[in-house]
Amino acid sequence: MSMSLLQVLIGGLLLGAVYALFSSGLTLIWGMMNVVNFAHGDFVMIAMYVAFMVWKLFGGGPFLAMPIAAMLLATLGIIAYFSLVRHVMKGPMLAQILGTFGLALLLRYGMFWTFGANFQSLPENLVGGTYDLWGIRIQASRLLAGTLAIVLTITLHLMLTRTSLGSKMLAVAEDSTAAQLMGIRPDRMQAIAWGLAAGLTGIAGALIATFFYISPTVGETLAIIAFVTVSLGGFGSITGALVAGLLIGVIESLSGYLIGAVYKDIVVYTIFIAVLWFRPQGLMGKN
Amino acid sequence: MKRSVWLLLILALVVVYPLLFTTPFLQRLGALVLLYAIAASAWNIVGGYAGQVSVGHVVFFGCGAYASMAFFTHFGWPPIAAVPVGMMASVGIAALIGVPTLRLSGHYFSMATIAVAELARLIVTNVEALGAAVGLSGPVMPRSVFDLSFTSALPYYYLFLVVLLAVLGLTYWMENSRIGFYLRAIKDNERAARSLGVQAGRYKLYAYMMSAGLTSIAGTLYATMYGFIDPDSGLGILTSVKILIMAALGGAGLLFGPLVGAAILVPLEEISNNLLGGKGAGLTFVVYGAIIMIIARFYPSGLLKLVLDRLASAKPALSEQKVRDVA
Repeated sequence: MSMSLLQVLIGGLLLGAVYALFSSGLTLIWGMMNVVNFAHGDFVMIAMYVAFMVWKLFGGGPFLAMPIAAMLLATLGIIAYFSLVRHVMKGPMLAQILGTFGLALLLRYGMFWTFGANFQSLPENLVGGTYDLWGIRIQASRLLAGTLAIVLTITLHLMLTRTSLGSKMLAVAEDSTAAQLMGIRPDRMQAIAWGLAAGLTGIAGALIATFFYISPTVGETLAIIAFVTVSLGGFGSITGALVAGLLIGVIESLSGYLIGAVYKDIVVYTIFIAVLWFRPQGLMGKN
Repeated sequence: MKRSVWLLLILALVVVYPLLFTTPFLQRLGALVLLYAIAASAWNIVGGYAGQVSVGHVVFFGCGAYASMAFFTHFGWPPIAAVPVGMMASVGIAALIGVPTLRLSGHYFSMATIAVAELARLIVTNVEALGAAVGLSGPVMPRSVFDLSFTSALPYYYLFLVVLLAVLGLTYWMENSRIGFYLRAIKDNERAARSLGVQAGRYKLYAYMMSAGLTSIAGTLYATMYGFIDPDSGLGILTSVKILIMAALGGAGLLFGPLVGAAILVPLEEISNNLLGGKGAGLTFVVYGAIIMIIARFYPSGLLKLVLDRLASAKPALSEQKVRDVA
């Protein structure tokens, strides 16, 4: 295997890890309360602008931006849950989908109005430079983002499966009435899930901003990537999202390398259609 | 009886509108209201009646628009002649999205519609024969009346009105036919409908394909009027947003809901564009996002339903009065 191909593969895995991180929040909410957050990609976009402003105002890098973005986005997620999602989730399908779709437009064009349509980016050497490992060149920013994203996604999985809070959340996902009879408050658990999922988009956004373009419309692209990841990984499965995210990162990088950069999104979106046709339950999902 | 009198009165008003308001701005505004009402009424068939929320309807609009401009550019067809091509492409794409997703929960359908619309935009942006990022133009000078290229908006107004009436007529027929009853049953309770032997997936798919074909006509009409189409206007997500917000604001699942929505929103958007210029574009969609959230949160059945309910709740009061009088 040639060195440049190996470099593309590693780059794809690191990018895919970040995809997995923000998609895991989407799949958590979907699995828990059967709601798809159409504003999920725009949450990441907001976090990217937070990272941009942190750099612009304080000259700070991702380590300052991450906690700020995580807190802001978690707050936004909890507000969105209490003021909107809680009310539409029991309503007709139209209300369920238009609710978060409207939120997505509000955030996207609010940022468009504030920052303009121009693409922004953080300085390339904000996080170290580029490492050269036996001829494989890896940007420090991607290495940091990818490693941290994998660690956080696995942490989320462990939190859900090994802690009492996680068990309570899964209980609500399984049967919220039964959970309520056991003394768990579904409303509180669902609000925590929204805070958690949105907080993770905050961290993912602050990380991805260090090497990705920042624009008001980037949220749509990221949202579709999250949809592909979640469908491929299987409804509600964090480990599925991790595997699918890594896979999509690799496929995207490979197709960019082999066919051309403009076609990488086309390939990923086509995979989405193929998954829906041939394996709608996803890789890890049950039938 | 009373209802039909009202409808005839409103229809008469719509017919004479451009003769009463003769300024080019108002005539063009009227034509645009009807054009978006066509697209929104087509969306209503799947979004309102079948309860499957398409957030990527622009892909069908784009099929119609691109079919007309591409067949003009490459074969010299009059733009309107490509209507069947656009419709066939749309129905095909609807099947591609609908067959796998309409069996699953409604969320899959909505996610797939958004992804396919974006996929179509990316593909067209990279295909030279479809004008790539620049777009395609229609006839510069009308070669014959069949090019439907007029400087006045008046002919477009009546053309759009005829098409809108046909779309509404078709919707009315569907509402009162077997498929309409099935769709209502599915929307109410899909599991119950299935257990009574309604093939839910199939009827949702029929509604989706019908909606797709009719939306593509709106796309062709748009391209015929503007004589130009590019990836943003023909396949951008904002056109999807406009189509669905008009139907949802007016009243999804009501025959005249989309027309009411278009009559409210198109003038608002034109006026805000005129007042604010380019700066207004972002703001318009901030407002649209807010409107969509408010509809979802407070009035999922739309404004027209709200008005009709008010009128209906006023009636019992009248009959109570009568009862009291008799007593």
